[in-house]
Amino acid sequence: MVTYDRLIFELSQPGRSAYSLPKSNFPEYDLQSLQDLMRTETPCLPEVFETDVVRHYTNISQKNFGVETGFYPLGSCTMKYNPKINDEIVANPMFDAIHPLQPAFSIQGVLKLYHELQMMLSEISGLAEFTLNPYAGAHGELTGLMIMKAYHEQRGDYRRKKVIVPDSAHGTNPASTVVSGMEVVEIRSNMQGRVDLEQLKAVLSDDIAGMMLTNPNTLGMFEPDICEITKLVHDAGGLMYYDGANLNAILGKVRPGDMGFDIMHINLHKTFSTPHGGGGPGSGPVGVKQPLVDFLPNPRVKCLDGHYYIQNEKDSIGRISAFFGNFKVWLRALVYIRTLGKENLACVGEYATLNANYVREALKGYYELPIAGFCMHECVFDGLKDQTTGIKTLDVAKRLLDYRMHAPTIYFPLLFHQAIMIEPTETESKQTLDEFIAIMIKIALEAKSDPESLRNAPHDTPVGRIDEVFAARQMILTYKDYLNQKFD
Amino acid sequence: MSKVPMNLFYARTHEWVKVEGNVAFVGITDFAQHQLGSVVFVDLPEIGSVLKQNKEFGAVESVKAASDLMSPVSGKVIEQNDEVVGDPEQVNRDPYNSWFIKIEMSDPKELDALLKPNEYEEISR
Amino acid sequence: MFKYFPHTPDDLAKMQDALGIKELNDLFRDVPKDVFFQREYQLPSALSEAELRSYFEAIANENQKFVCFAGMGVYDHIDPAVVKALTSRQEFLTAYTPYQPEVSQGTLQYIFEFQSMIQTLTGMDAANASMYDGATATAEAAFMAEAITKRKRILISNTVNPNTVDTIKTYAYFKGLEVDMVPEHEGVTDTKALKEKLTEDIACLIVQKPNMYGVIEMIAPLSDLVHAQGGILIENADISTLGVLKTPREEGADIACGDCQSLGLPMAFGGPSVGYLATLKNYVRKLPGRIVGMSKDQLGRRAFVLTLQAREQHIRREKANSNICSNQSLMALAVTIYLATVGPEGLKKVNELSYQGAHYLMDRLEKTGYFQRAFAKPFLKEFVVRSMIPLPVLHEALFKNNLFGAIPVAPEDPDKENLVSFAVTEKRSKAEIDRLIEVLEGLSW
Repeated sequence: MVTYDRLIFELSQPGRSAYSLPKSNFPEYDLQSLQDLMRTETPCLPEVFETDVVRHYTNISQKNFGVETGFYPLGSCTMKYNPKINDEIVANPMFDAIHPLQPAFSIQGVLKLYHELQMMLSEISGLAEFTLNPYAGAHGELTGLMIMKAYHEQRGDYRRKKVIVPDSAHGTNPASTVVSGMEVVEIRSNMQGRVDLEQLKAVLSDDIAGMMLTNPNTLGMFEPDICEITKLVHDAGGLMYYDGANLNAILGKVRPGDMGFDIMHINLHKTFSTPHGGGGPGSGPVGVKQPLVDFLPNPRVKCLDGHYYIQNEKDSIGRISAFFGNFKVWLRALVYIRTLGKENLACVGEYATLNANYVREALKGYYELPIAGFCMHECVFDGLKDQTTGIKTLDVAKRLLDYRMHAPTIYFPLLFHQAIMIEPTETESKQTLDEFIAIMIKIALEAKSDPESLRNAPHDTPVGRIDEVFAARQMILTYKDYLNQKFD
Repeated sequence: MSKVPMNLFYARTHEWVKVEGNVAFVGITDFAQHQLGSVVFVDLPEIGSVLKQNKEFGAVESVKAASDLMSPVSGKVIEQNDEVVGDPEQVNRDPYNSWFIKIEMSDPKELDALLKPNEYEEISR
Repeated sequence: MFKYFPHTPDDLAKMQDALGIKELNDLFRDVPKDVFFQREYQLPSALSEAELRSYFEAIANENQKFVCFAGMGVYDHIDPAVVKALTSRQEFLTAYTPYQPEVSQGTLQYIFEFQSMIQTLTGMDAANASMYDGATATAEAAFMAEAITKRKRILISNTVNPNTVDTIKTYAYFKGLEVDMVPEHEGVTDTKALKEKLTEDIACLIVQKPNMYGVIEMIAPLSDLVHAQGGILIENADISTLGVLKTPREEGADIACGDCQSLGLPMAFGGPSVGYLATLKNYVRKLPGRIVGMSKDQLGRRAFVLTLQAREQHIRREKANSNICSNQSLMALAVTIYLATVGPEGLKKVNELSYQGAHYLMDRLEKTGYFQRAFAKPFLKEFVVRSMIPLPVLHEALFKNNLFGAIPVAPEDPDKENLVSFAVTEKRSKAEIDRLIEVLEGLSW
């Protein structure tokens, strides 16, 4: 396959440019008078004209796989369709023109949108109030844990600094706990991949600040003992944190607040369909029960008699971001909620769950299913059922790319050594699922008939398997590094 | 089967110790390097650092994993193996000649708590 | 049927049969009965596209669009048309984190280009794939300093943007770091006061350039003082101005960080923006977040891949450098395309035009007799003046004429009560500046 392989820097020709700037109105002021304050070398930026810029980025875009390219069953990431109307509405030039320090009277519209989404998320999750300021899921976790800690400190209880995290949790849970200045107490999952109540009881004491839980968990299984878990933690004086990464599964079926959770974050880029943007920007609003409302981060957006205003609260954990979060991301989520309305929003969880179970049922004869029973929005296999071929999960994933499907999440959760985590989402049809199932079965058969071709897959992508050891050892992280240690 | 030389002491956390007088050479075992895969980085303590038995003293990284290094004995770091730092892959090629640090032991009796080769063989199957 | 759901009654029947269930609720047997959500959401009903358009159009119009003379971290620069056009390509917009590098070379390559551009603008050795914003990037830089020095005391100059300071303070408080503010003197970090606070237990000093008053501080002497105590110098710099100003590297910074909004991103009520974080070779492994490296594939072709991942949360869990598990990827792409478009010459011009406009406005403001330059220090596109016009009068006049500027820099500080900040970018025409002056000249109170 002949593919475009240039860096933007390699197109550079001295003297070219693609900018369009107004003429100088005030030539009498000379930038050069800054003298010693100025840099000595011209920065090494590309000198290209506009056609180059457009062709270059169009060409490299075509080496990417997006939700609009094809099926993207990346477990835990909820790669659902990203509606076009959302993009159109946020593209309104008025929204781009707002300076975040404008006084409230001049931005009643955006404050209203903030307030409206915050109220809707509260209803959807069964909590009292939300902040939209956190930029991403992990940022939301950190914010929520700060709230947890602040709550205990305000009661004068400085001993509570331990957070219970199941071993099946996303890596961000323990990492966020440490950044919030607390300690992780890890508990092992039971044979069904669920919280072991005896283990939980054993670690509960008066130094526990709370517990973080994803429900359904990262194995795609709902915790049937959830009410008992939240009660045990509450009785021990702790708070319950809901990691909203898997919220899509339960839309319309059960609300975190009703299950006994006190704090949660929502990944708007998952459940509420904002585009993932190649890894961001996301949005991670945080919601809390009434007693924790005053701890939410500043600034807050409030409403009195139809008038919206900005307020900083003194009990707040403080500021966790420059302004009001990723506005144009959370606005897309609001458009999505208004598009679906209450009637369609209620169907999201059941269609997502149906799709995942349909795939699970069809593949369990070919892939090892470690946990029996219905899953929720995603299903987890532990490699091929036939272990004699030596073909690993990585090979299966790479082979899928040849069939123009994105690979599922692999090697997570860590509980299974060959984990394959498939999350179809509700915006995929039975026909697409059937096609995926057929390809997965074909790959399982290829593992026996032609294992070599799997080991070397993918074959039909812009590049083949990449030498990660070379990357880590050479550390070519910039164009400058590349010029200094050219390799061929 | 990974190699377990007879002349060394072993920690449960997969470090080996070679003793010369009062000095302990510390590295990671063949089993450990197999588990990690291609080693790309070794993070070691500065010379002069004081280490405690069974406490973390550094880390070893491969592309997909990172493992903390636990000190098998207490004492002071007197030397780092610069060759290993510069070419971490050595650990994969020849784990028992790729010592990481030399420790001047403060309590050689601690060696008694370490595993004998046959005991380590049991846990590293 | 709803447009995003493909399930026909026939599909549903077949899928339920395959699973041996009678109704979809059978899949939710594990949900305890007493918490099962029985009622409807108390939310509005679905809207059609036409209804959505008119609803949101009406709300958009409940905002007021000003001619912007405000800065304080967010600037109204020109955004080239190509940026929006290219960043809205679905291959960039709807992809996720490049976990499967063979089908993510587009994302990985632009991140590599982004890292390269941040590298050359800051003069540092390496940059990561981007951070949420400038404020959080600076807080994470402070954590890096803690990890490097194993010390827990952070000094922040009083001339750093207050929102950035507040964000660092929140992060630091919870992580257990001590924050100490270094006073200012005539609009810059007070060197004498700094010397008193510099002890052997400081992890870092955080400074900003141009600072919150728009003043271009001399950072090099501060670096020397901090380094003498074994501390780390963190420079938060407006990345756009680094097209012409001394690089953090030239001034002895160990970590450079800040916001990239000034590189052609719309103000957009403050987000999404994107932060950058760059450092020296020795500290690369202390960088949080994603980093892309160049490598080769099986056939020896150049290829890009996420690298040094053992620093990150999905491998290190509670021992990770940071809890961040994403970057502002699409915004980093926007910045990369912007920089490719303007190039070295265009970026210089942007700064030149902004410099000229800002100095013209400053002169005109002084000539009105109502304003006095607050600090006799060099500035680029932003500056602070003391207003003789009572602020409520000043602001009302501006708003009435669709102008936004004169932001009070420290409304709670009685010494700075009448200090207001203006910013001028290349986007402001002579006519707009003259109009601002005209409005102010006609004021009486």
